[in-house]
Amino acid sequence: MTIELSDRVKTVPPSGIRRFFEIAEERDEVISLGVGEPDFSTPWAARDAAIASLEQGKTSYTANRGTRELRESIADYVADRFNLGYDPDEEIIVTAGASEAVDLAFRAFVDPGDTVAIAQPSYISYEPGVIFAGGEVLPVPTRKEDDFRLTAEALDAAGAADADALVCCYPNNPTGAIMRKEDLKPIADFVREHDLTVLSDEIYAELTYDVDESHSSARKTKSSVGDHASIATFDGMRERTIVFNGFSKAHAMTGLRLGYALGPAGAIGAMNKIHQYTMLSAPTTAQHAALEALDSCDDDVREMVDQYDRRRRFVLSRFREIGMDVFEARGAFYCFPEVPGNFTAEEFAEEVLREQGVAVVPGDVFGAGGEGHLRISYATGLDDLREALNRIEAFVDEHV
Amino acid sequence: MSEREVLELLRENARYSTADIARMTDLDGTEVEAVIEELEAAGVVRGYQAVVDWDKLEDERVRAEVELNVRLDRETGYGDIAERLARFPQVKALRLVSGDYDFDMEVEGDSIREVSQFISEKVAPVPEITQTVTHYVMTSYKENGIELGDGEDDDRLSVSP
Ligand SMILES: Cc1ncc(COP(=O)(O)O)c(C=O)c1O
Repeated sequence: MTIELSDRVKTVPPSGIRRFFEIAEERDEVISLGVGEPDFSTPWAARDAAIASLEQGKTSYTANRGTRELRESIADYVADRFNLGYDPDEEIIVTAGASEAVDLAFRAFVDPGDTVAIAQPSYISYEPGVIFAGGEVLPVPTRKEDDFRLTAEALDAAGAADADALVCCYPNNPTGAIMRKEDLKPIADFVREHDLTVLSDEIYAELTYDVDESHSSARKTKSSVGDHASIATFDGMRERTIVFNGFSKAHAMTGLRLGYALGPAGAIGAMNKIHQYTMLSAPTTAQHAALEALDSCDDDVREMVDQYDRRRRFVLSRFREIGMDVFEARGAFYCFPEVPGNFTAEEFAEEVLREQGVAVVPGDVFGAGGEGHLRISYATGLDDLREALNRIEAFVDEHV
Repeated sequence: MSEREVLELLRENARYSTADIARMTDLDGTEVEAVIEELEAAGVVRGYQAVVDWDKLEDERVRAEVELNVRLDRETGYGDIAERLARFPQVKALRLVSGDYDFDMEVEGDSIREVSQFISEKVAPVPEITQTVTHYVMTSYKENGIELGDGEDDDRLSVSP
């Protein structure tokens, strides 16, 4: 007897990333630019807080929505940093990674047959998440000509006016694109006019660089932390937006699995209904680490952001020297160069891995608009980045 | 501000090429060179050295941290004593510190014998020095901000979302 799988599960193809992971694992001496997580360890203060909480035996479930202390701290942090006002009692839920928050939102807001527009290229979990919830995906491609920013025209052209919800993610994985305040305004107008719910994944919000282009030559003394603009801050958007964030990226806490969602009380209450029956509460140890991360790790975050920024400049500059087209990524820790010559992205990624031992992810994996591009992660030390780019250069010199 | 950035990069790795530093900052190659020259001329950058894990070499290299107590008199200040000690090539670092002793001195030599001899014959006899306490370095785990030993394994998935 075999167990009969659900149609929803059968519909979703295996992840395109998986295949490259398998090839990379087979080969020795691979330098990976395919990693979507920080190469830094969680700041010590946060790790210490986690250890202390264990020593004190704080190992039981917490309140479903997360400890009151952490929710208050999150409320202060998002108010301070991103100008977002949320009530810790009713409008914040702490989850096992932003991943869980995204899944809760799909299950709480998507009915079978509902259409969810996804700004693409995008993080790979949204589309399966929508399908698991019974919804239908409407891809909204963004283009290099727009610096991979979402535009109202793109929404309109894709037919998003008739969708029920819009998922977007800025700073973006995989492109590294950001949306400035002025880019978000027309999106907010479109969304309100057509009555969409917005699921805004802002997990890379701290990782923005030189956001104000007019100042890009006058390098700032401090990193651009805090320059992120959230779509939920626009008039009439708070009521219809869920913001996702978490500790994986800026606080280098991927393995601790801690994220959160912000939104109107009714919506967060609905997400909590699912959460309380499936997860009960987010990991307790991680909640203690997160509280400390918000309390005392700003300098660590700034230091990491500065490092990413230097590597970003390095990588962009090297791609230009190699002669590969690349737009000025200003967020997250990715850049998204165009594949040179006559290769498809898949071919290029596979060949450069087999011949030169450099793992990169083909853009197709991330949906419409990703074809012909590569996702390059610079969450890797500079020596490895330098070597990887030298190898890519050798590959391009030989084959293009 | 570019000075500070260049300094941070040099401290991270003094062998970054001018081109690499230029790529990471908003400066071009000539500007990077000019900034470095200025920093050197102003004595901000005093030199460049390798961070060595001696344990990895066959050759023995002996190092000691020495605590020194001194008695000052009307003619002699800390600076005078420091100047005298710093001239010895065996002395790799010398710092005036707060706390139970006055100077913190790092000494290097080829053998324990050599280091002991240096301390007993050259350092202890300095008239102002009242006491020396020598700590031989047994294992070094971190030098100049760089962790020694193996570690550094990147166990992240080679490709991940
Ligand atoms: C855009 C985006 N959202 C969410 C996640 C998952 O985050 P978490 O570790 O908090 O579940 C990732 C991880 O790669 C991501 O890139």
